[in-house]
Amino acid sequence: MENSATFYHALEIDPDQCIGCSRCMKVCPTEAIRIRHGRAHIQEHRCIDCGKCHETCPTKAIFVKQDDFENIRKYPHSVALLPAVFLGQFPSEMRVSRIYAAIKDLGFRHVFEVESASAIYADAKHLYASENPDKMPLISSFCPAVVRMIQVKYPSLVDNIIPVKAPLDISAIYALKKLLEQGIPRQEIGLFYITPCAAKMAAVKAPIGEEKSIIDGIINMDSLYNLVFKKIKAQGKDYVFPPLRAPRLSADAILSTLTNGERRICMAKHSYAIDGIQNVIDFLDKLENDDVEEVEFLELRACDQSCAGALFSCDNRFLCGDRMYARARKAAERERNGEMPRDKEMDQYKDYLIEQSKAQPATARSMMILDADISRALEKVEKIERLKNLLPQVDCGLCGAPTCEAFSTDVVCGQACLAECIFYQHHLAAKGSAADAKPTESLDQIWGPDRIKDGNL
Amino acid sequence: MHLEYTVVEGDFVNAGTASSSVKKTLKQLNVAPPVIKRVVVALYEAEVNAIAHAYGGTVSVDIDAQKIRMVVADRGPGIPNIALAMQEGYSTARPEVRDMGFGAGMGLPNMQKNVDKLNVSSEVGVGTTVEMEVNFC
Repeated sequence: MENSATFYHALEIDPDQCIGCSRCMKVCPTEAIRIRHGRAHIQEHRCIDCGKCHETCPTKAIFVKQDDFENIRKYPHSVALLPAVFLGQFPSEMRVSRIYAAIKDLGFRHVFEVESASAIYADAKHLYASENPDKMPLISSFCPAVVRMIQVKYPSLVDNIIPVKAPLDISAIYALKKLLEQGIPRQEIGLFYITPCAAKMAAVKAPIGEEKSIIDGIINMDSLYNLVFKKIKAQGKDYVFPPLRAPRLSADAILSTLTNGERRICMAKHSYAIDGIQNVIDFLDKLENDDVEEVEFLELRACDQSCAGALFSCDNRFLCGDRMYARARKAAERERNGEMPRDKEMDQYKDYLIEQSKAQPATARSMMILDADISRALEKVEKIERLKNLLPQVDCGLCGAPTCEAFSTDVVCGQACLAECIFYQHHLAAKGSAADAKPTESLDQIWGPDRIKDGNL
Repeated sequence: MHLEYTVVEGDFVNAGTASSSVKKTLKQLNVAPPVIKRVVVALYEAEVNAIAHAYGGTVSVDIDAQKIRMVVADRGPGIPNIALAMQEGYSTARPEVRDMGFGAGMGLPNMQKNVDKLNVSSEVGVGTTVEMEVNFC
């Protein structure tokens, strides 16, 4: 079991904004959230940074801390590493060259779409697959929330994750190499990743394995979207902007971040592309039972519609996806007309990049283990089972835990006390037994005082 | 610890209920993943057998710090020749069961492969009891 303290995560809760409504607690797929003193708290060893809580929070109390945008000015050669979904946020009539120009006018010296590395990423995965036929089914390393889900909940499947760095890392390595080759010193180069989600942020801040990422800063995609939109509006429609000199992404690269993007170009005979965290969980449960036959490759994405539905996607996931398809169709047409896509630039560095893309294998960090000692764990399992059967099984959440079962586990592990179950307290009171605390006291403890305001109807 | 489940005849949809629940418990106990896999595969096969061949039955599971013991007892037609049933590919499954992807004659052999101890006892016309044990270390 790895030390949970080393499990960095990107999502944080602002206690001043949180109203302790418990919506986040109920949607968390790993049951990582508890309510205490009227505020939500994230249990770090369970959180996989999928962002479901962020999506549902009514007061925007759940946030992802990003770097100060002004940091880009510390580097004469600042690079914006842009996810392909960024362009999908803008209306179709907005020219790509216009968006690139605005990003540069904001202060970035270079703009680089990370999916340019998707072809190298695919090659690296194929190479690994051909060298490891015994590791089937192979699971893509693309979505870091899925990788973390496997680490905490499906320890038997960690060895199936392909140990290859994601396109964003490969493109950062490439961008850095290109600039260094031009004689620019490393300290003048600032690599900034524009992240579409919390999980990718966490993956950059705490990569699998021990090595440190070469990325110097992270900007949330919605923040850059606002800045770019504001810039374009301020510049007006008569603004003369330079044409795009860099070649465009290929159709394969654009589609790679959407559902089926990896699967459609993978070499596997049998493969599945699954999006949405609950769908992923259902499938992994089945896979873990050896109940899926012959499958060779799995593309698993935490978000519905993959990255088009990412946490910091600014528009509806289907509209964003459609714009990306439109862009891919245009790219395919250009490719048919013989234009070289940007991905091809990387081909001359292919061997170097494939070598560099090798990652440390993911390790299990199971959140399920109740005790390292099996006899003690067994006692706990039995206690949890007995306790669960005493409880009302309504999963009301008033104890500050998402389900009666989660509450039972908390009680047995010493993180909650039984009297916090309001049903249990009323039961004791009805029987005339004395509880340690009055029901209102424990409710106040969990939900904070004054949840009900006095006043006239 | 003791767990018990009921298996209903013909209820293929819920095949795996017992093995999934046991899997979760073994994860909480920090049992090594390859061992969990063997338990799950063997128990699933036994569940499917009770669903496909017999008229339902019960699964009872006992876990201690060293091992897991699983007993699947069905009320079924019974197995006339156990040695034959233990052979790979030997199956008496009805065509409609085979159409659902079950009954390939791999059930008992697969259990044998995955457990440390297997005992099958059967009485024709009464039922079959499959006892399995898997050691944790």
